Amino acid sequence: MGVEQKLGNMGVVTTTLEQAVNWSRTNAMWPMLFGLACCAIEMMAAQASHYDMSRFGMELMRPSPRQSDLMIVAGRVSRKMAPVLRRLYDQMPEPKWVISMGDCASCGGVFNNYAIMQGVDEVVPVDVYVAGCPPRPEALLHGIVTLYEKVRGMKFAEVK
Amino acid sequence: MEKKLQIIVQKLEKEFGAIASETRGEVSLFVLAERIIAVCQQIQGQGFELLSAMTAVDYWPQENPRFHVVYEFTSVSKNLRLEIRVPVPGLNPSLPTVSGIYRNANWREREVWDMFGIRFEGHPDLRRILMPADWEGHPLRKDYPLGYEEPQFSFNSEEIDLRKPYAKE
Repeated sequence: MGVEQKLGNMGVVTTTLEQAVNWSRTNAMWPMLFGLACCAIEMMAAQASHYDMSRFGMELMRPSPRQSDLMIVAGRVSRKMAPVLRRLYDQMPEPKWVISMGDCASCGGVFNNYAIMQGVDEVVPVDVYVAGCPPRPEALLHGIVTLYEKVRGMKFAEVK
Repeated sequence: MEKKLQIIVQKLEKEFGAIASETRGEVSLFVLAERIIAVCQQIQGQGFELLSAMTAVDYWPQENPRFHVVYEFTSVSKNLRLEIRVPVPGLNPSLPTVSGIYRNANWREREVWDMFGIRFEGHPDLRRILMPADWEGHPLRKDYPLGYEEPQFSFNSEEIDLRKPYAKE
């Protein structure tokens, strides 16, 4: 254990740079509001006091893509909205992640027709899919915790 | 039918050769496509200030002419409603625009063009309003396919997965 054993109880911790960086990324990940339809209500419920998302570091939800790391696509995306979604995703700074919340964002949901995009992964690369119509706030929190585990396992060599 | 409405409908029938029909208290007038502008001007003079709705219906393959463009007028001052139906044939469908008389017909006609493919001559800005600008086809016609993609079950999951477009980055 090296340095820590020798220094005893002086409040020093050794870790790797990757672990420290990933820890800081997960503890203060700010989501971007992308509530489009009914799933937005459940996202708001997850952010509110009963199922608190700020326990997990998401204290604020930034509507601006320039100031957020995580994009939670909550709701159905229509064909006309897709270029807008892609443009906002491009405006987010690296590193960025996408959670596709609900059935309509993951696979088109109940809407198998000309107007709704069949899954938001046609335009943006998705990290975590949360199923449900709408998913309960606890399901969204489970999706966020899964994303955190993925982020904790990220290596620097993988950065795009 | 209300008395006030009856007088108006009879006048329109005589002047323009419209055919009236009534279902459950709602009056519907069939008018030919060439006369629609004159009918609309007459109706506006009679006190129908508001074009409350404008849509189209596709009756393919049962009926010919295929489309019916439906206008619904409301008179706020007299508390009356009137519906005008214009049959439009399926080959190069087109109608004169009423957006010079009723301003809100502008976006309604754009929607009818987008969903059915019925052109409106004289419209200042006829382009798609609900679908993306480069979309091909008119979705609410009866010969437009109903679904979009094949549902993925567990037995054909991989084959459909290979054909789906995924974003790379």
